[in-house]
Amino acid sequence: MSSEVISDGPSISEVTKNGLWTNNPALVQLLGLCPLLAVTGSVVNALGLGLATMAVLIGSNTIVSLIRNHVSDAVRLPAFVIIIAAFVTCAELLMKAYTYELYQILGIFIPLIVTNCAILGRAEAFASKHHVGYAALDGLMMGMGFLLVLVALGAIRELFGQGTLFASMNLLFGPVANSWMLQPFGENYSFLIAVLPPGAFLVTGLLIAGKNYIDAVLKRRADAQRDRPIKGAKRIRTTGHIS
Amino acid sequence: MIIKSMGFNSIVLALFALVTSLILATTNELTFERIEQSEREAAQRALLEIIPLERHDNDMLMDVQPVPEQFWATLGLKKGGNIHIARDQGQPVAAIIPAVTPKGYSGDISMIIGINFNGSIAGVRVVEHRETPGLGDKVDLKKSDWILSFNGKSLVNPQASGWKVKKEGGDYDQFTGATITPRAVINQVLKTLQYFEDDRERLLQLAAANAARKNEQAAL
Repeated sequence: MSSEVISDGPSISEVTKNGLWTNNPALVQLLGLCPLLAVTGSVVNALGLGLATMAVLIGSNTIVSLIRNHVSDAVRLPAFVIIIAAFVTCAELLMKAYTYELYQILGIFIPLIVTNCAILGRAEAFASKHHVGYAALDGLMMGMGFLLVLVALGAIRELFGQGTLFASMNLLFGPVANSWMLQPFGENYSFLIAVLPPGAFLVTGLLIAGKNYIDAVLKRRADAQRDRPIKGAKRIRTTGHIS
Repeated sequence: MIIKSMGFNSIVLALFALVTSLILATTNELTFERIEQSEREAAQRALLEIIPLERHDNDMLMDVQPVPEQFWATLGLKKGGNIHIARDQGQPVAAIIPAVTPKGYSGDISMIIGINFNGSIAGVRVVEHRETPGLGDKVDLKKSDWILSFNGKSLVNPQASGWKVKKEGGDYDQFTGATITPRAVINQVLKTLQYFEDDRERLLQLAAANAARKNEQAAL
């Protein structure tokens, strides 16, 4: 068992980095854009849908990995879809039971998690080829990457659109969260386009651009660093003698 | 060969379907009561916002009368609905009437409208809508308290000409950039008041009969 874990695929840090940054489902793979754009009007909506998606992704990745050697290629996809649909329905029932108002706000987008390509994509591209531990971790990290982008988008749109941050968080966390709302721009601030769908596209575009910019800067720095030891080789030697 | 693999694969899939349905059935069973309770609480919260506990002592969720079919069109109901009666010590206080206007900017706006038995409005709440965020969604109490401007209004206050947005010479504020939504809501509230005027006697009698029956049951 343990030998299988070692021989099986990528390292933990690699899977983590992939999900959160390098291969982020929302910013790089551009999967699941429909819920991404539709529900990110506020932090609470984004967080609710993000958590539900993450839970489904972890569950489906785990089960898909567990059954990967027992299901033939011919019926693999239908079997995956059944698993994903089951998890989504469970998530829907649980949200309806415990966060009813949020369930009403998110509406059709909860059952629509089934159609989030990121989930079937991860089942097919990763979970069906890797050991269960990695598959679950991949689900967690991909889900987390998706969740973080959703929340970032929700926060930006809520802040600039409605002038609030963390409004109605009690829908998710109960009465404790009643006082979490911030209103940095005063009561009557509102900036319509950030709330409307075009705002979602614009902010998503800016986030993607931001990520690419950071990547470019990091790459330039890494390149520069690779060149340096050759130029400064002598100096490294002299300091070496002092110690 | 192919027949054999088809048979095997269908059995695998059938097993999958079976196991997942079992899991779903269990989850459903486990959450069923909790969901019902949440739905009930949500419905009750909406009713209590209009007629607070100080004004009634019955269970408004249980004290219902169906809307007669000839009034469905007036109230914009497609599948009918229930009127909740609030009463205090057996005396009817107010009726909470469901109504839908199809004239919203993007589709139906459903509301509940509480009317005191003296004909004045106890409160209006929008239950469901898809109006533009930031413009038309100000009919929602979460976004603005515009909807409270109906409180205390009636068929004679203001006169019929006042049941319009200010831009058209009426008494009610419109929103910047959105006239269609408030106009639709105002019209439907007015229609609901007219319905109540037509149906009040019947509702009062039914409510009284209901109360009498309850007393009998209590006596037994």
